[in-house]
Amino acid sequence: MIELLNGFVVELRNAGLPVSLTENLDAMEAVQHIPIEDREAFKYALGATLIKNNAHWRAFETVFEVYFSLRGPEYRISDDEDADVDEMWREMQEQMRQGEGKGSAGGSMDDLTPEEIAHMLMRALLDGDQAMTRAMAKQSVQRFAGMEPGRPVGGTYYLYRTLRNLDLDSMLEKLMEATREQAGGELTPLEERLEREEYEDRIEKFKAEIEAEIRRRLVADRGAEAMAKTLRKPLPEDVEFMHASRDEMQSLKKALYPLTRKLAARLARKRRHGRKGPLDFRNTVRHSLSYGGVPAEPKFKYPRPAKPELMVVADISGSVAAFARFTLMLVYAIQGQFSKVRSFVFIDGLDEVTEYFKSTEDIAEAIHRVNTEADVVWVDGHSDYGHAFEVFWERYGKDVGPKTTVLLLGDARNNYHASQSWVVKEMDAKARHVYWLNPEPKSYWNTGDSIVGEYANHTDGVYECRNLRQLEAFVEKLA
Amino acid sequence: MTETATEPRFESVQAVRDALRDVDYLADEGIAGVAYLADRLGKPVLIEGPAGTGKTQLAKSIAEMTGSRLIRLQCYEGLDESKALYEWNYKKQLLRIQADRGSDSWSDIHDDIFSDEFLLTRPLLEAITATEPVVLLIDEVDRVEVETEALLLEILSDYQVSIPELGTIEATQIPLVFLTSNNTRELSEALKRRCLYLHVDYPTLEREKEIVLAKVPGVTDNLADQISRIMRSIRQLDLKKSPSVSETLDWARTLMLLNVDVIDEKIAKDTLHILLKYQTDIAKAAKELSVDE
Repeated sequence: MIELLNGFVVELRNAGLPVSLTENLDAMEAVQHIPIEDREAFKYALGATLIKNNAHWRAFETVFEVYFSLRGPEYRISDDEDADVDEMWREMQEQMRQGEGKGSAGGSMDDLTPEEIAHMLMRALLDGDQAMTRAMAKQSVQRFAGMEPGRPVGGTYYLYRTLRNLDLDSMLEKLMEATREQAGGELTPLEERLEREEYEDRIEKFKAEIEAEIRRRLVADRGAEAMAKTLRKPLPEDVEFMHASRDEMQSLKKALYPLTRKLAARLARKRRHGRKGPLDFRNTVRHSLSYGGVPAEPKFKYPRPAKPELMVVADISGSVAAFARFTLMLVYAIQGQFSKVRSFVFIDGLDEVTEYFKSTEDIAEAIHRVNTEADVVWVDGHSDYGHAFEVFWERYGKDVGPKTTVLLLGDARNNYHASQSWVVKEMDAKARHVYWLNPEPKSYWNTGDSIVGEYANHTDGVYECRNLRQLEAFVEKLA
Repeated sequence: MTETATEPRFESVQAVRDALRDVDYLADEGIAGVAYLADRLGKPVLIEGPAGTGKTQLAKSIAEMTGSRLIRLQCYEGLDESKALYEWNYKKQLLRIQADRGSDSWSDIHDDIFSDEFLLTRPLLEAITATEPVVLLIDEVDRVEVETEALLLEILSDYQVSIPELGTIEATQIPLVFLTSNNTRELSEALKRRCLYLHVDYPTLEREKEIVLAKVPGVTDNLADQISRIMRSIRQLDLKKSPSVSETLDWARTLMLLNVDVIDEKIAKDTLHILLKYQTDIAKAAKELSVDE
């Protein structure tokens, strides 16, 4: 048992989750009270002792599923359950056959046509029958995924193959239609929406079942350690902006909101604290009058740090768009910490987008407008930092003052155009600070057409901002 | 590790769950499991999650279910030891000194005024010195400053309080301790390490329905189902503040008062302001619910 847990903790640490020694000891103690056969409770017991941050829960779950899915027969989901499902499967099949007037009952799934499978799946989803859905998932994987032992393909490949054959998108429509028929006529929009969401939810669960089934089979084939490595998912704050998948983007967005709240609270606190100033003599004397001239109540001069004025100039061309989006979202979410925020976006032309953020409270909507409405293409829609900066300086240069902090966002891949780095130089002379945030890993800087070094000479610092963690650290420094 | 002199309070995870159900708190597997472990390991539980998902209620319900007294420490910025741990009763000390002026020797008085009699216990010390079973709830611990957090560490790990003048006061029995946090800031590693961690999220569809059924008398199964489904739908929207469970219950009660059996769009729209507290959110939800796709 100790070995088993230690192995698990090592896997967690490999996945980037911090697990301290005391937490490890707690987990050891906890599992003495929870039988390992009760998988759910076991999982929660380990989770409660080892994971102290909700954002890490998903990563933990993945590791758990992989690590404990096949640890010897005693740790498996009991076989009885499988038998139950098989039984039900057979029953269901029988009913189907009888219903359709065919004689040969009790065959395996291989005898069924895809239409029949689709039909059965639809019924399972329509009834919301969980056991049946699980059985369907199992059978679909067996039938469609075409898994071969030892074949070095990732789980997503099998998932794709299975889902392609099941065609779940049209399934949703069919389910809706069936419901409409059942209700006998039209549904009100509200009902329709609720029903649709219910089915979407069931289909999501079905997909999750399929995924779990594929994972189980892969683990059986290759062993838990190897699988844990391939299935390892980065934590949301470590996901790189430039290479995030759609799912990861979603989780990034979700992680961003609590992060901004925390950041704002921290910054506000920082501003309130550390306010030790020298004695304010005039104020003390003034207040001493009410004590008959005795300076009983000393008054101090509290420093009032000026809030910086921020100008964000962001490259929103394809490769770095996601990064610009997140930075803008973050900056606007905590705009209370700045006296003024203005934002500009460019590709090879430049446009001011401050208005978009002012006119609505909804940051996501503003970002959407930035992407669709801003006039940022000048010639061909390939990044041209030189020209964009020139335009910026010409039009808005006069607004850059000694209180302004300018943030330049982009990878500085200039497509071999002229750099016009003199703009940055003049900017730096006029502004309080000029910072450059680069979403590329440091090792890529100044390779190919990246000329970040040329600009860097004139800025107060270039920062690598590949993920939320780095971005957060920078913004905290800024405000 | 602390010696567990206290008898285990719970039989099994399932027992916790059933007992919580009896006091109208519907726990899921995770919640019941952590509560069970907290008792067995004698460790505090740190509960995190969005506002209004029943974090504080969990502590209250556990107190009710075990028949213990609930001692609550509400945290806020500027909380200090004299509010959380203990304070010397200066006035009484002063009176004591003046009353015996001249009679006692100084050392007698000195020993006397720093005794239990002059100690004002605050929630944390009270929880430790209590002889009857207690549940200690430290509410919204994320509101205190990082430095103040350190106050809690001794009591959380060893269930003792050190008072310089008196020495160390150890707990007579290990209380169940719950800390809640709305996650406005990251709590320190030291604090987290000492606790079991529980994240309470918005409930699943089924659980929310059960909660509505349990907490709102007279609600029909059908209506509860509809309510929970609309709640899920609303929580999927990108809102400033998603409605919490307590708001769901308020809504359900309102619907009961209005004698609504089936929610249609008009009713949903008219009562949205009970669920959502921002004008932009209300507008958005109203739009989403009435116009499909």
